[in-house]
Amino acid sequence: MTDARHPQFTPEQLAEVRRLQGLYPDKRGALLPVLHMAQDTFGYISLEVEEYVAGLFDLYPAHVHEVVTFYTLFFQKPKGRHVVSVCHNISCYLMNAKGIVQHIGERLGIEPGETTPDGRITFLTVECLCACEQAPMMQVDDRYEGNLTNDKVDRILDGLR
Amino acid sequence: MAEMIFTRNFHLADSHTLARYKETGGYTALTKAFRMEPAALAEEVKKSNLRGLGGAAFPTGMKWGFIPKGSTAPRYLVINADEGEPGTFKDRYLMERDPHGLIEGMIIAARAIGSHLGFVYIRGEYVQPWRVLDGAVREAYAAGLLGKNILGSGADFDIVLHRGAGAYICGEETGLLSSLEGKKGWPKIKPPFPAVKGAFGNPTIVNNVETIMAVPHIVNRGAEWFAGLGTKGQGGTRVYSVSGHVEKPGIVEAPVTVTLRQLIYDHCGGIRGGRKLKGVVPGGSSAAILTPDEIDIPMDADGPKSKGSMIGSAGIIVMDETVSIPEALMVVSRFYAHESCGQCTPCRESTGWIYKMTRRIVEGKGRKEDLDTILDVAKRGAGTTICAFYDGAVGPYISYIEKYRSEFEDLIRSNAHA
Repeated sequence: MTDARHPQFTPEQLAEVRRLQGLYPDKRGALLPVLHMAQDTFGYISLEVEEYVAGLFDLYPAHVHEVVTFYTLFFQKPKGRHVVSVCHNISCYLMNAKGIVQHIGERLGIEPGETTPDGRITFLTVECLCACEQAPMMQVDDRYEGNLTNDKVDRILDGLR
Repeated sequence: MAEMIFTRNFHLADSHTLARYKETGGYTALTKAFRMEPAALAEEVKKSNLRGLGGAAFPTGMKWGFIPKGSTAPRYLVINADEGEPGTFKDRYLMERDPHGLIEGMIIAARAIGSHLGFVYIRGEYVQPWRVLDGAVREAYAAGLLGKNILGSGADFDIVLHRGAGAYICGEETGLLSSLEGKKGWPKIKPPFPAVKGAFGNPTIVNNVETIMAVPHIVNRGAEWFAGLGTKGQGGTRVYSVSGHVEKPGIVEAPVTVTLRQLIYDHCGGIRGGRKLKGVVPGGSSAAILTPDEIDIPMDADGPKSKGSMIGSAGIIVMDETVSIPEALMVVSRFYAHESCGQCTPCRESTGWIYKMTRRIVEGKGRKEDLDTILDVAKRGAGTTICAFYDGAVGPYISYIEKYRSEFEDLIRSNAHA
């Protein structure tokens, strides 16, 4: 069993790592793509995952750690099965993002940055996702959801299993 | 009907497909470009008055000319698709609805600068644009438009799509290159400029998505035509992103001669609910805010500058009379505090402290000296950092306070009596 504490890519994934490394003039260019792959595979980027990925790039784990900690899309602890990220930047703020954030917090019973106890949803507030024409908006896993109202938010959250 | 360039096919459901792109004249500029000398291509772009549409408005043809003559090192073309400036969303539409326009522009630009390898750096949150562009790149390879010996021309060019991982600073071109190299997105000291020593130590040209998408049209219809659409300082049309309190928020393509007033009132239906305009940010959140009497300006590279602001990414954020400017500044300050990469002390420290001060003003704990402290810190730090991030943060700090000072003072005074 491979997981974030015992990370190991499959032979097919290792071939993909080598393909990605070959796309760049220096293989280190593939670090972000491989970290995305690692997170999709192992759930989050644990210290063990950092060490494993460092080995694939002939880097020190510290080099991978400083990259992982720099970017908001890499999770350093387990996240929920779904990630709900509400934009609270200026255009969404103008269109009541604050109300949406408050509503989701009450609905899920958690604060931004937390995960529901059943592991279903991680709730975040984030900076501009560049879909300001649909403000207030949020990202739910891979997709953007805009023109949010409390009712629409409820329907979306209810659909997440 | 005004000329549509970037958005001309947006009404078609299959505008992202190779078949539709070709049917509407796509890839004809490429055939023409392969018959032109690289230097002639660059010259044509220079004459077109195309300016960078990502934020800095630098003349594109001139930028291409910065690669050292006679350099034999590999050269890279890097597309900045790390759209992140608050209030901006045009590149998302462009990549989702016209990905082949970007690919064709890249192949032509690569010929002009002598590059055989291009990267598109897409922000990590843009999963859907990435999927559409990935599909288009695959189509282009299958059709012989990318790879070796493109269309029998002898030209080789490959495109690698690269996903970011969430960091506004990677939209800054040298921060982007650090990130592309697999590092944290720390901007680099210039010089050397990327055209001399860029990605992986080699000459690199970084251009915005929309900028490169103008290139096929310039090649097809000529520099004079493109220049003639705009003003003396800038050619063409561009895609404005309009958000906030307008009746119809969204993207608007218009010649750069269009005024800010026209964009708000003619193209976007005016202020929501018939309310009054209080302020408008013309070029993404880093641009200084404009008051209602400052909106009769052309939205080219020079118009907003004449009012002490900037065109930036052409992200227009409209605020009606119900908005609390101090609270809006707190929201914007939180963003800069969160996104400062931490490399330069003035930026790292000032963005954090200014956010704390704006927050305490909004929370009713403001002190009367706070406003002058913020202005002092903002003005001293400007121009002292490696990249333009902090100068961008200073735009709102100074303009919100100087133009709406009494609103801040009223808030501080009323709290003092409470």
